[in-house]
Amino acid sequence: MKEHTTRIYDPVSDTPTSYARDPEGTHPPLDYPPYKSTALRYPKQPLIYLPQTITEITGPQLYSALGTGELDHDLTRQHEGEPIGERIKVSGRVFDTEGKPLRDTLVEIWQANAAGRYLHRWDRWPAPLDPNFSGAGRCVTDDDGGYSFVTIKPGPYPWGNHYNAWRPAHIHFSLLGRAFAQRLVTQMYFPGDPMFPYDPIFNSVPDEEARQRMVSRFSIHGSEPNWALSYQFDIYLRGPGATPFEDAP
Amino acid sequence: MIFPSTPSQTVGPYFAIGLPWDAGPHAVPPGAPGAIAIIGTVYDGAGEPVPDYLIETWQADGDGRFADLHGHGGVSQLEGFRGFARCGHEDGDGSYEIITVKPGAVPWLGGGVQAPHIDVTVLARGMLQRCVTRIYFADEGEANAVDPVLATVPAGRRETLIAEPTDDGYRFDIRLQGPGETVFFDV
Repeated sequence: MKEHTTRIYDPVSDTPTSYARDPEGTHPPLDYPPYKSTALRYPKQPLIYLPQTITEITGPQLYSALGTGELDHDLTRQHEGEPIGERIKVSGRVFDTEGKPLRDTLVEIWQANAAGRYLHRWDRWPAPLDPNFSGAGRCVTDDDGGYSFVTIKPGPYPWGNHYNAWRPAHIHFSLLGRAFAQRLVTQMYFPGDPMFPYDPIFNSVPDEEARQRMVSRFSIHGSEPNWALSYQFDIYLRGPGATPFEDAP
Repeated sequence: MIFPSTPSQTVGPYFAIGLPWDAGPHAVPPGAPGAIAIIGTVYDGAGEPVPDYLIETWQADGDGRFADLHGHGGVSQLEGFRGFARCGHEDGDGSYEIITVKPGAVPWLGGGVQAPHIDVTVLARGMLQRCVTRIYFADEGEANAVDPVLATVPAGRRETLIAEPTDDGYRFDIRLQGPGETVFFDV
């Protein structure tokens, strides 16, 4: 494993003026027929290259607007009772692609309950809702880029994409990053899920190594005896790129 | 680059349990002087409204300054200005509304200016990555005519980036695919 630096952004002297573009194959294509809902929702015209200007290299301080509360990171304590399911800790660090930890970054998650059911009007899968589980949380990364949630392990669930289609268990992650250019929405999976080979959303990412970067790691050392197992998920957002002029086509 | 980026995945159909919040559509506080509404509808390739979209906007204030956490370009002095709005619904009909102020011109790379604009992220079920577009304003004809980004857009497609005035703001529809497809950018 490569060593991460422990240097963090100095908000004054260390502010990127552009962000590196990801190599082909890092992200899924927008046009991906195995995931049927893409069919009418991808642009057919080519994307137009946008040099990163001040609008793209700046970003909001959303956490103050949201006012993250004390229990926002603990999805097992947002109701009177505890939710049913396997209590887990989900934690990790947010880095840029240079390995620099990103502090003050908003991390938002949402997920199904232990039975694989979302608390959402349009989730009609006949599995029970849990009155003690809403399934949403958020936190802001600390000075080391670290975040931590307590939740329950979500269940897999069926969906209508094709015959006998099931989503592997996953937790949705939204990262605001520190600039418009760094915005990322992804999903965290659990190691060894038997549904990986059959899931078009997971497999929409072309590169096998890239897919593995969405799979969390079980950590016995991070687990708390007699309380919760630990899954660790580090997230990498685009790092500083060349200067805008070098970056231009 | 030392470490590759974490891949993008779709926001899925159920983001409404986690991402929207009550004040989300407000890039400025309620009642802020000069506040305008930007409304529009997100359409799919069949011309049908997309009920489960999530959009986010990011922009400068009227003086061309951002509420940026780095302080790039000098921090906005507009009281309560967030510059960021998020809109999406559990029971959506495809239409969105954000409350903001009209942005001012902002610097272009290494000199010159860009016409007033708002960056927009579009996410939805069926979209494996976000799509990024920009809102420009129909009543900024002179500035638009010399904008260096609009200049890179084929003339016949530029109008998809231009918001039209309404009684209390502007209208900007987003067409993900097909006739009148909105211009999306590789950022």
